[in-house]
Amino acid sequence: MSNGTESASLPEAAQSTAGGREYWRSLEEFAGTETFKELMDNHLPRHAAAWTSAMDRRDFLKLMGASLALAGVSGCLSPAPAPPDEKIVPYVNQPEEIVPGKPLYFATAIPSEGYGRGVLVESHMGRPTKVEGNPQHPASLGATDAITQASVLGLYDPDRSRVISNAGRVATWDAFFSALNAELESQRVSQGAGLRILTETVTSPTLAAQLQEILRIFPKAKWHQFDGVGGDYVHQGARMAFGQPLETVYRLEEADVIISLDADFLLRSPASLRYAREFINRRRVPGTSSEANRLYMIESTFSLTGSNADHRLAVSPSAIPQLAKTLAARLGVPISAEQPTISPANEKWLGALVKDLQAHRGRSAIIPGEYQPAIVHALAHAMNDALGNIGKTVFYTDPVAVNATNHAESLRELVRDLEENAAQVLIMLGGNPAYTAPADIDFAGHLVTSNFNVHLSLYEDETSALCHWHIPQAHYLESWSDVRAYDGTVTIMQPLIAPLYGGRTAHEILAAVAGQAERSSYEIVRNYWRGQSQAKNFDAAWRTALHDGFIAGTAFSSRNVKPKPASGFDASEPERANSAAAVKAQNQPLLEVIYRPDPAILDGRFANNGWLQELPKPLTKLTWDNAVLMSPATAAKLGLTYQVGGTGGEHGTIYADVVELEYDGRRTRGPGWIVPGHADDCVTIHLGYGRRRAGRVGTNLGFNANALRTLDTLWHGTAIAIRKTGAQYALACTQFHHLMEGRDLVRAGTIDEYHKNPKFLMERKSEKEAPATLYPGYKYDGYAWGMSIDVNACIGCNACVAACHAENNGPVVGKKEVLRGREMHWIRVDRYHRGEPSNPETYYQPVPCMQCENAPCELVCPVGATTHSQDGLNDMVYNRCVGTRYCSNNCPYKVRRFNFFLYSDFKTESLKPLRNPDVTVRSRGVMEKCTYCVQRINQAKIAAEKDDRAVHDGEIETACQQACPTRAIIFGDINDPQSRVSQVKAQPLSYGLLTELNTRPRTTYQAKLRNPNPEIENG
Amino acid sequence: MAQIFHPSTNTISRVTIFGGLILLIAVVTGLATINESPYITEVGVARTQPVPFSHKHHVGDDGIDCRYCHTSVEESSFAGIPPTKTCMNCHTQIWPDSPILEPVRESFRTGKSIQWTRVHNLPGFVYFNHSIHVHKGIGCVTCHGRVDRMPLMWRENTLYMDWCLECHRAPERFVRPREDVFSMEYQAPADQLALGQKLVKEYRIQKLTSCSTCHR
Repeated sequence: MSNGTESASLPEAAQSTAGGREYWRSLEEFAGTETFKELMDNHLPRHAAAWTSAMDRRDFLKLMGASLALAGVSGCLSPAPAPPDEKIVPYVNQPEEIVPGKPLYFATAIPSEGYGRGVLVESHMGRPTKVEGNPQHPASLGATDAITQASVLGLYDPDRSRVISNAGRVATWDAFFSALNAELESQRVSQGAGLRILTETVTSPTLAAQLQEILRIFPKAKWHQFDGVGGDYVHQGARMAFGQPLETVYRLEEADVIISLDADFLLRSPASLRYAREFINRRRVPGTSSEANRLYMIESTFSLTGSNADHRLAVSPSAIPQLAKTLAARLGVPISAEQPTISPANEKWLGALVKDLQAHRGRSAIIPGEYQPAIVHALAHAMNDALGNIGKTVFYTDPVAVNATNHAESLRELVRDLEENAAQVLIMLGGNPAYTAPADIDFAGHLVTSNFNVHLSLYEDETSALCHWHIPQAHYLESWSDVRAYDGTVTIMQPLIAPLYGGRTAHEILAAVAGQAERSSYEIVRNYWRGQSQAKNFDAAWRTALHDGFIAGTAFSSRNVKPKPASGFDASEPERANSAAAVKAQNQPLLEVIYRPDPAILDGRFANNGWLQELPKPLTKLTWDNAVLMSPATAAKLGLTYQVGGTGGEHGTIYADVVELEYDGRRTRGPGWIVPGHADDCVTIHLGYGRRRAGRVGTNLGFNANALRTLDTLWHGTAIAIRKTGAQYALACTQFHHLMEGRDLVRAGTIDEYHKNPKFLMERKSEKEAPATLYPGYKYDGYAWGMSIDVNACIGCNACVAACHAENNGPVVGKKEVLRGREMHWIRVDRYHRGEPSNPETYYQPVPCMQCENAPCELVCPVGATTHSQDGLNDMVYNRCVGTRYCSNNCPYKVRRFNFFLYSDFKTESLKPLRNPDVTVRSRGVMEKCTYCVQRINQAKIAAEKDDRAVHDGEIETACQQACPTRAIIFGDINDPQSRVSQVKAQPLSYGLLTELNTRPRTTYQAKLRNPNPEIENG
Repeated sequence: MAQIFHPSTNTISRVTIFGGLILLIAVVTGLATINESPYITEVGVARTQPVPFSHKHHVGDDGIDCRYCHTSVEESSFAGIPPTKTCMNCHTQIWPDSPILEPVRESFRTGKSIQWTRVHNLPGFVYFNHSIHVHKGIGCVTCHGRVDRMPLMWRENTLYMDWCLECHRAPERFVRPREDVFSMEYQAPADQLALGQKLVKEYRIQKLTSCSTCHR
């Protein structure tokens, strides 16, 4: 703490001064404070500050000297000249399709919050190592998100539950099934009156059929649903507007104007990958003749989608339904409710918005957020109807989720039954309700009173600990199952590997409940589809479905529906329980609170996934923690500030003021965090932290927001009291890592400017000619690999970072090391803001290695461990590296990462099969960096050479490129003028970073073009 | 003034200076020799195997092609070690009761793999691909030696990086016609360089010496 640099009263400073940069990453940079200058000067992670041992340096050197001498002696005495013999273990009967050394790919789907996303999984000799998107699947289009990328780590997680446990003792499946049968026998008499099944969102047709079968056998049994991330307001809103639950599907490629009412559709939607592609496809300006789309965002918390909006209105959560009503009224939707007054600034904004919408009737879309109350959804349907969008950009289908119910009500009912001892046998399939359920209903407390409860889950978590039986679940990569995508398309999920720890699927457990304990999930799923199939040759149809990764023609057709007149909406929707009275008024400001799933670990279900924990969250750049997010003005009002631990290069540490939160009599504490652009007078808290039984990675990180939540205020609370405690808490934030200072790194303009003069950005900047040289340039005869990253298309979702980590065996370093600025991501996504901190514009810039042709790193390596390849790659040779870190010091882009300690886990057995066998696992003392996925380049080159041809354009996709939902990254041969990367680099928006240093980077960028509404922009 | 040093000091100093130099050279040469010796490189050291499989017999006497067992050598980085089934294709008929072959039969019976001792083992940071070398006209014998004369397998070459580079820098010295890649008896012609240069052109062989060719 003593080495923290003072930056008190920063929020005010930032508000008043605009003396910093045009594009800024932090408030310090915006204000140009002393702290920031010091950070810039001390920009490299330093080693000395990490010395924490009690032993002083002199003693340490003495000991080191002695051990070095002894090491020499032991070297002489070593009896074994060569490492121990390695064994080769061939098959006894080799499967026909397996060629050792060549991976196989299998199509399956990841159930992402219940909804399927098609994936292709790479399998090396029977072990899945990498997940890619399935290009033919409608919800993937070949892309993946960060969570999908990290799911392989989840498969091999050493903390997954390995045993069946009964009241804490290890048991067997047989013991479990006989205990279950005994309970079910007694339930049979009462027709299952005491039987309850709790699931998360279900879209699996087979599981739905099984549940129906059970409800037939036990007519009085009940099926409850509670999903820690699902709001289910979508279906409630549809019920309000249409009288039936419906799924809304948008065709964003057809929409010129998009209004998002707090909908984070680029990140948090079952179709987010598709929507991101469609949204960005309309913004890739050069080359498309159609008009670029325009996104307006009305939201409270700063979401990923909001950061990509052209115009953003930050309002408190309670104002959003009001604004929706106003907007609806202006668009000609008849509503009875009286009109609230709107501030002049918002009035102008709203006026321009309405005008824009009216000008794009049938070519616009209004998207309500999944956590918005039903009335907002209903109003959005009515507005889309009024604008003639239904059937053009907005479509309705039958609900994909089976038996869509109000999850909060469902859970409330279950707890009531537990309370009255009406629920005697409770079977929980997945989920972790003891942790995710809001505090006020005390689910955990009621759980322990039931007679017999079972929890099927991947981990022995908080819920398992309270259950009579915990049974291990099979991971999705170990399971036969099926799942529907956002549009209803079914994927038959096939396992990539037999269950590592004998886990079973929900299908097998439900089959046992239905009295068929011996059936495997393969039989169950296959039999279900045999019953559904009309194909003459079912086997062939089954094989086709498995091969393709989806069953063709299973997407729901759109329904021709029309919303009821809006006056029929129950607009007097019960105001959310205002618990202000419960908070003893103590002259403290009462704020609104927004709860949201964490961008990486959601409701805590991925808490034990180190890759996801270490991913810097898109906007806050926090890792390993959650925080109380608030606007600069709110922080100033509460007197909150923070200090940057800025000496010794330890840029990751931010000492934030801890606040105490009180809601409805319950309290918790967490660090406050300032988010420019957050709405004033409200705070956002991400769920998923404060887990007590997550595993070695996820336990005891952050604070538990569920301790504050009530069932009535699952996503928005109206009156939370916040007090500054005086304590401070160290947050690991990568905001100050790898600073390159405002050197014209982000270039942006508007589409109008571009159309007037395509070269406008380049003329505005003083591009310097490369300095004259006497040496002839190196001639690249063969391939010359290059990359172009479209900042215009990057939405900042982090999929590339996770994909790179998975492909290149990246290690997890932990919070302590991130605090020292030592995270090991080869590609980082820099987040810049522009404008006033109250509502800034946001720009994302992914930065991998630039593969400079005149690479500064190569010149300074004393051992030739980083050299230039014939294809122009900047090679990194781990086995030569002695760890001087000169290269990193000399890298202007700060893309080199050093293994200060043994970050790669060489010990944990279960993690060994996870590694990509084509990439070295780096050891301590070795520098590493992006290689443009040289293993993929070499494989493609070898494949091409064997066919006696050149590598086709597009044949090589780097891991980041392949994962990118918006195809922002293009890789290829810049020696080939026809290649896509060459053509993109020739466009007027293309620019390089720090080219004035004459590094001649191979990675270049496409400038960002915004599409603001002139009426708002010029006012 | 009396002499401080006894005349013998001259000899002693000469001996220590020159002796020291000689000792230093001897130590360095000795270490280098050890490094190049089979003690370290395992060149020529026959390795014991769970079954004393003889390439000499199977390749030399029986004339079985390399690819009968090493099936993936033309398509994958790894040449492939035959599954037990491949052994049993013949040995259910030939020597079906031989006690030497009991581990093979046991493996086939029990489904447990035979654990062969690896002879050609590269460090973990080296990525070698068999298929491309075979395709570009590098004979099996060039690296593995005359396996048809090896009763038990040994390493014919050091597998050191400078040994790899000998060929990567001058492939024309080692390349042979594709049809002779799997031949044991092929002899390089007297004008290997002329042939090599022709084949380098014909097979589009590149002199790949970038680090990332093998290290990644």
